[in-house]
Amino acid sequence: MPKVKETEILIVGGGPAGLSAASAAANLGASVLVLERDGKPGGQLIKQTHKFFGSKKQYAGDRGYQIGDLLIEQCGNNPNVEVWTDTTALGIYEDGVVTAEGQAKHLKINPKKIIVATGASEKMIAFPNNDLPGIYGAGAVQTLMNVHGIVPGKRVLMIGAGNIGLIVSYQLMQAGVEIAAIIEAAPTIGGYLVHASKIQRAGVPILTSHTITEAYGDESVAGAIICKLDESWQPVSGSEQDLKVDVICLAVGLSPLTELCFQADCQMKYVSELSGHVPVRNEYLETTRPGLYVAGDVSGVEEASSAMVEGRLAGISAACSLGYGEDIAPKLQAEALAELSELRAGPAGQKTLRGIMNLMDKGGAVC
Amino acid sequence: MRITEHPILEFLRGEEISFFFNGQELKGFEGETIAAALHAAGVRVLGHSHAMHRPRGLFCAIGNCSSCLMDVDGEPNIRICVEKLKPGMRVETQQGKGCLR
Repeated sequence: MPKVKETEILIVGGGPAGLSAASAAANLGASVLVLERDGKPGGQLIKQTHKFFGSKKQYAGDRGYQIGDLLIEQCGNNPNVEVWTDTTALGIYEDGVVTAEGQAKHLKINPKKIIVATGASEKMIAFPNNDLPGIYGAGAVQTLMNVHGIVPGKRVLMIGAGNIGLIVSYQLMQAGVEIAAIIEAAPTIGGYLVHASKIQRAGVPILTSHTITEAYGDESVAGAIICKLDESWQPVSGSEQDLKVDVICLAVGLSPLTELCFQADCQMKYVSELSGHVPVRNEYLETTRPGLYVAGDVSGVEEASSAMVEGRLAGISAACSLGYGEDIAPKLQAEALAELSELRAGPAGQKTLRGIMNLMDKGGAVC
Repeated sequence: MRITEHPILEFLRGEEISFFFNGQELKGFEGETIAAALHAAGVRVLGHSHAMHRPRGLFCAIGNCSSCLMDVDGEPNIRICVEKLKPGMRVETQQGKGCLR
């Protein structure tokens, strides 16, 4: 019989939210185990080469991978934190036992509290031949380029002019790859103008109100047909352009990775502002399953900055519920909540706030 | 194609090693994923879909999407985007759903 691993707080996911949750809870005295399916913790921070915005407390001015290294170091220096890499959580059972697969073994863990920080996965859009090799999610391009030092091809069509589309385009240019165009179905650029201007100054067109109508190629991408959209988002006939590209990169958003929350029987709700189905949770990020918290993109897609603060909030809340740091926890929770409000004060944050209002509201369709 | 010069990043690659793709000897670096090594060697088609036999390539690169399943050292359904390359590895295009031996 395999032994059951006992821990006070189990954190599923060692990205920005999970690692922040781990050090926050451990700093209050709780013993923490982090499960990370990759060989190295850090989540998607490890491939972010751009400098972060926000305030000093959210590591503004540092590059993503540097922030990742810092979070890993904080956890590594804390004797209360244990990180199991190459370990994938499989399920959360009625009695609270969590199973996982690691080093080809079936593992059982019995935690007192659980924080799910599984992140998000990339969205796909529908167009003919969207399954051809050479069509990648923007995160895959970043992994190839910024982790492995390999360019995905010679000439790229980027779909989506949100921050990810803009940043990844710029990173491709830094790696010496040509960007044929960035297209965006919306009439305006979604990302920060500071990113867009850098790209436009280098001569790359950002075509708003444009979409892809099809990709073509035999065994892999050889090109794409794009066209203009009118005010009602309908293709304008005769506006088609044929772009010879060997890579199509999709930066069309992310979906929360909520399988574990569904499986654990958390109450779920579809909230478009949060990019999909998300678990219903209270202000301190505890879901409808008592003792199960969420943090980061799994609770609504945002940015790494807010994921780190949410992680800290969930970590403090879980530790406090076990009796750790009861004297200072309320103050720390209030600080984290204030930081989240500050991060969500901009136009993009307004959408998130609407989503959270919608999520916490009793009304609406609940599944 | 591998990046040799980058304004921000430095790539510390492991030792150069040989592996086999459908019997053909290719070079890669220890510590990188199989998908990275195949990409650097110009291999973009990793398999074909079961029903329609459409070509399949790398999509998510972090083990989410299962677009990159291949047969590695006789074991099928390996997500080569997260499996690390080892010397002498035999990476084969998978036929069908794979069979455990």
